[in-house]
Amino acid sequence: MIALEARALRAALGHGSQRHPVLHGIDLRLAAGRWTSIVGPNGAGKSTLLRALAGLLPHEGQVLLNGAVLAGSGGRARARQLAWLGQNEGGADDLTVYDVAMLGRLPHRGWLAPPGAADHAAVERALRATQAWDWRTRLLGQLSGGERQRVLLARALAVEAGVLLMDEPLSNLDPPHQADWLALARSLADAGSTVVSVLHEISPALQADEMVVLAAGRIVHQGACGDAATHEALAQVFDRRLRVRELDGQWVALTTQ
Amino acid sequence: MSGDRRGLVLALALLVSAAVLLLLGASVGSTGVESVFTAHRDAAAWQIVWDIRLPRTLGAWAAGALLGLAGAVAQGLFRNPLADPYLLGSASGAALAVSIALALFGASPYATQWLVRLGLTGAAFGGAVAGVLLTLVLANGVLHTLRLLLAGVIVGVVLGAARDLVTLAVPDILQAMQGFILGSTGFIGWSACGVMLGLLLPLLAVAWALGRMLDGLALGEATAASLGLPLGVMRAALIAVLGLSTGAAVAQTGLIAFVGLASPHLVRSIAPVPHGRLVVLAALMGGLLLMGADVMARWVVAPQELPVGVLTAVLGGTYLLWLMHRRSRRGGFA
Repeated sequence: MIALEARALRAALGHGSQRHPVLHGIDLRLAAGRWTSIVGPNGAGKSTLLRALAGLLPHEGQVLLNGAVLAGSGGRARARQLAWLGQNEGGADDLTVYDVAMLGRLPHRGWLAPPGAADHAAVERALRATQAWDWRTRLLGQLSGGERQRVLLARALAVEAGVLLMDEPLSNLDPPHQADWLALARSLADAGSTVVSVLHEISPALQADEMVVLAAGRIVHQGACGDAATHEALAQVFDRRLRVRELDGQWVALTTQ
Repeated sequence: MSGDRRGLVLALALLVSAAVLLLLGASVGSTGVESVFTAHRDAAAWQIVWDIRLPRTLGAWAAGALLGLAGAVAQGLFRNPLADPYLLGSASGAALAVSIALALFGASPYATQWLVRLGLTGAAFGGAVAGVLLTLVLANGVLHTLRLLLAGVIVGVVLGAARDLVTLAVPDILQAMQGFILGSTGFIGWSACGVMLGLLLPLLAVAWALGRMLDGLALGEATAASLGLPLGVMRAALIAVLGLSTGAAVAQTGLIAFVGLASPHLVRSIAPVPHGRLVVLAALMGGLLLMGADVMARWVVAPQELPVGVLTAVLGGTYLLWLMHRRSRRGGFA
């Protein structure tokens, strides 16, 4: 089953005469219950693609979420099915960690309704999953960059959507917490969620099930992370200055001079 | 103490302090506290306390509360700690309208008579709302925050220049305009109190109801949109709250400086709370600040009186400097 699909997707950034096309007709099918990494050189259009897939960017072509055209679905209905974690989500310094995670329940709650038992349970699950539960009464503004990132990830997890799109989720995380995030993404996919992550570091990206290699706004390759063709596509888009090798049963990317 | 409890304690403290200041405000003036003690047997003293001091003090609270509410909404909506209620052209619109009205009515001594004041009040409110609407037209709606801010700056500059032109053409209005720009609580009567309090409650209710959405917006516009928040409707409602609350306050008191900017910051520094509670607490804080400034303005050089806007500017400016110093030590103001 296909969870998320793009057909002839085109998008541009900027305004007026400064408008610059970034995506040039992307066709993409992302299977449900799989974890897909989107990688590519700087300026390839990775974040733009993710925003377009999330319905957060005006675009030409179509995006289909669980078979239905995304543009036609209501905001809250879409938000319950698709959660998004952006790069450098900021502000909200005066909210407690718990309140920030509870924002993830907005699509599930009535206009003025207080959070219900299901909302509290979802927030607790999300904060425990990112090991942020112990700070739930602290203010977001009192946390370090890595701690904030874990809380913001919990906010996205608290939506409990079937599709989770994350843009650079590893930014600010130290190596142990990067490993925790990788394990979390794996467990989410194993539990049936569709996880799509944009990562600029290739080694973590290779832990996913599938990889979409993007360059200059076009898909160069889509395939399993362990396929030789995927590794060749990576070497190609990074000017042959990257090689993929197996180490202790995991694929790792090595940069070369 | 938890954030919820601290917020509740702050709300109670602000309400009790306001009640104390209301009593103080009824006692301070050119005839001193004697008027309060003789009011029950002296008609003139009764008039001073009931018709002048009390509505003025309560009106200062209401105007401050409207500005505090507008400041909290502006800072949440534009995700900018330096946003203030006058950001979207309301101040320049009100000032231009008042300058035109003064030029048409003629300057003092008639400018201070209550009939003319009522005319100026209407002009100031209309001008403030027109300034905000002009900003919205220039920004092509409410969808783009940056475009809104830029349009607000442009409207401020252009309408400010137009006001200067009117002042230049009719120099007699200079003194009255100065009074409007410095701000004054001296002309507030019971009817003005009624108008401001009548507007404050529904505007506060709307802002409180949208507080959860302002919290979502604090994470960024894209994240707020991904959570299914109706950003267009929400912005339009919040800008209506901002424009109406600022317009109502400016119409009765002129351009009171810094109350709208400082109130939300003061609340955050004492009790960081989500936006739903912040808008209520910022209103209570704004009310207390302007009421305190009003009492001080009458008391410091009694029986003379300082323009209340000068006091709020001095106190607010000092606070802003301290805030900038504190933020820069913590690594940036943004």
